[in-house]
Amino acid sequence: MHELSLVASAFEVLEDEARKHGAKRVTRVVLRIGVMSGVVPDLLESAFETYKNGTIAESARLEIVPVAVKLRCPDCGGEAVREDTDFSCASCGSRRVEIVEGRDLVVGTIDLEI
Amino acid sequence: MTTKTITVVRDLLATNKQAAAAIRAELRARGILGVNLLSSPGSGKTTLLEALADRFRGRYRLAVIEGDIETERDAERIRAKGVPAWQITTGGACHLEAKMIGKVIGGVPAEIDFLFIENVGNLVCPASYDLGEDIRLVLLSAPEGDDKPAKYPQAFLSADALVLTKSDLLPYLPFDPRKAADEALAIKGTLRVFKISAISGEGLDELAAYLVEALERLRSGRA
Repeated sequence: MHELSLVASAFEVLEDEARKHGAKRVTRVVLRIGVMSGVVPDLLESAFETYKNGTIAESARLEIVPVAVKLRCPDCGGEAVREDTDFSCASCGSRRVEIVEGRDLVVGTIDLEI
Repeated sequence: MTTKTITVVRDLLATNKQAAAAIRAELRARGILGVNLLSSPGSGKTTLLEALADRFRGRYRLAVIEGDIETERDAERIRAKGVPAWQITTGGACHLEAKMIGKVIGGVPAEIDFLFIENVGNLVCPASYDLGEDIRLVLLSAPEGDDKPAKYPQAFLSADALVLTKSDLLPYLPFDPRKAADEALAIKGTLRVFKISAISGEGLDELAAYLVEALERLRSGRA
């Protein structure tokens, strides 16, 4: 359960961006959450709702966009989105695949009231 | 009053990643191999470190950072082996973060070879936090069951090697080390797999050799 510390980081980003753009309020936040990031979207949402009171994003709506796992194969150059946890190349079966998407936690876009 | 949509794209773990990169650079510059140990509580992380302390004695110098929610117990066990140890008590937090390591690292003696970081016992949250290590070991003990890799994929995905511990108990348990390894290898095909027992000594030479190889690779600048 490390969602609260991640939400605290998200609010640092929100406050920083609001300051940079001279915004009064943050009204919408889009978080892009990799399905292999180790974060539970429901818990992240609860943490966000608790944390936002008294902040610049008090009235913000949270949108969580799940990001699927995308693999790239260095052996055949293939790229594929994978739904299960068998992370081998769908084209050539190589086990040396790199995960290029689906592990990150990112503040994507935000709406600011200026 | 106007509303403006802006594209931010900022990583929530950026602060931790920066702190980890600084630690990694410092350890590499000092020729120290950082090793992060991840597992559930009770899989044998501290016992493995005690066994490695015995095995490396007189050949390589170790230091250990212990992460736990409470108590100095693990650090005391390591110190009893003559190895310098620092205990980080997180007071409830479920994982170590790079900035916690950063606070301790200045006190780690310059002349050591390996810095082991024993994470808080938890197969979930520690997987998300880079601590600036060069090698990440995930431990899975026979009593836990061979079905854990697919249930906790992030931990196995983030590791460099899988260490199946307590192999001396295999005659008494339905744990199939082959199945556990195959399940982990489906998640990460490049994992090195070791089967060890700190009691019988099985596999400890192979694991020690793997760590020494990684240390030599780091020192020759091929890390």
